[in-house]
Amino acid sequence: MDYSPLIVSLKTASFSIVITFIIGILAAWLVISRKNEKVKMILDGLFTLPLVLPPTVAGFILLYIFGVYRPVGKFFIDVFNFKIAFSWPATVIAAFVMSFPLMYRSCRGAFEQVDPNLMDAGRTLGMSEWKIFWKIQFANARPGVLSGAILAFARGLGEFGATSMIAGNIAGKTRTLPMAVYSKVAGGDYDGAYVYVAILIVIAFIAIVFMNYFAYKEGKKGKRK
Amino acid sequence: MKKILAYLLMFSMAASLVGCSSSNNEEEVEEETICIAAAASLENAFEEELIAMFNEEYPNVTVEGTYDSSGKLQEQIEGGLEADVFFSAATKQMDALTDEDYIDSDTRVDLLENKVVLIVSTNSSLDLKKFEDITKAGSIALGDPASVPAGQYAQEALTNLNLWDEVNTKASFGTNVTEVLNQVAEGSAEAGVVYATDAASMPDKVKIIAEAPADSLATPVVYPVATLKNSKHSKTAKAFVEFLQSDKAIEVFEKYGFSKN
Repeated sequence: MDYSPLIVSLKTASFSIVITFIIGILAAWLVISRKNEKVKMILDGLFTLPLVLPPTVAGFILLYIFGVYRPVGKFFIDVFNFKIAFSWPATVIAAFVMSFPLMYRSCRGAFEQVDPNLMDAGRTLGMSEWKIFWKIQFANARPGVLSGAILAFARGLGEFGATSMIAGNIAGKTRTLPMAVYSKVAGGDYDGAYVYVAILIVIAFIAIVFMNYFAYKEGKKGKRK
Repeated sequence: MKKILAYLLMFSMAASLVGCSSSNNEEEVEEETICIAAAASLENAFEEELIAMFNEEYPNVTVEGTYDSSGKLQEQIEGGLEADVFFSAATKQMDALTDEDYIDSDTRVDLLENKVVLIVSTNSSLDLKKFEDITKAGSIALGDPASVPAGQYAQEALTNLNLWDEVNTKASFGTNVTEVLNQVAEGSAEAGVVYATDAASMPDKVKIIAEAPADSLATPVVYPVATLKNSKHSKTAKAFVEFLQSDKAIEVFEKYGFSKN
């Protein structure tokens, strides 16, 4: 049994979740700290877009940005001599773009749930807005943020459409578990597909169970007994 | 609003999956719809000219084509796709379906031949001269040998040239030959193996370096066509296959780069 798709998938998902985690939190902070409602809505729409678009459409857009003859792709080739398309980092880009909306929305929801009185209390104590965000909002929203991260991780693990467009399907390099499943099924090797499918289901299930655990902890928060 | 949009997208995506919708059997003026499951490399010839040509003789028949790798189409037919005609890019898939009793073998014709070629993008800086130079490319696009005939042929040719192991480490497997073509055109893969007909469909984006050497491919690149046993429109389906063998249809195929077998 070829385990390389599992390794590629885990590598990709682990890398992308780190990036998604940081940028998702910052994006959520960016949106909730806007005073102008219109700007808030536009930013929110932009950040949520990959969630709504079919992955192949997102992949198409990514190809138009990072492809070899396209702006960013060409820049990387000319300046860094690095071809993004069909490279492993492209799988991380695809996974990040597709899982980012989940992280962003979970974080934003969690932050907005924090009792504003707590934050006002911080303001009366003279804390800067940034400190209030970290020490009060983020600290109280942690379970929600973590569950968002797990969701994003699982989404990054299951990413297929966008990945196949910019990263290709190179065994041991960019062939992720979902693509390995597709290849097996297209070739009629259902037995081979079963193994990969089982692995994916197990990992996804564990992710969901963890998510429920964190949601449970969040529910318990604030209850004295 | 997002929910409505999400539902809309969901339904439109589900609807787009129905490549060949089931036909209406109406009584007198026989408005018929037949479904052709054809290899991806045939799409241009069919959609741009042949279907319209067929409709000149049979205006009451709507021909719906679904195009993908022959392996995928075989899967779909086994899974219940109500196709009336199957036109595959290799004998492997046709033989498999015949063994499984899906094909009306009396109607089978090994109609066309195609050539397997090595291509690069027209903007490529690689200096490739012969088919064996494929190993000079850093990334190579091939059809998935498990399901794409173009990939099968590529694997066979490269194995016979003792280059398969090296190529395999740098090869990205596409799900059908058109995807492979596009990946080379986009530059994502530095080189790829497709059919001559595919290369001819994008002359400004890809250029042919060489054909697979004649002695590297034992399996002839033959495209068989046949009607399906459980077709609900077997008369019309057979008429379509007859049409494909006509001189003017062959002329169209040759125009697109195929040759008569």
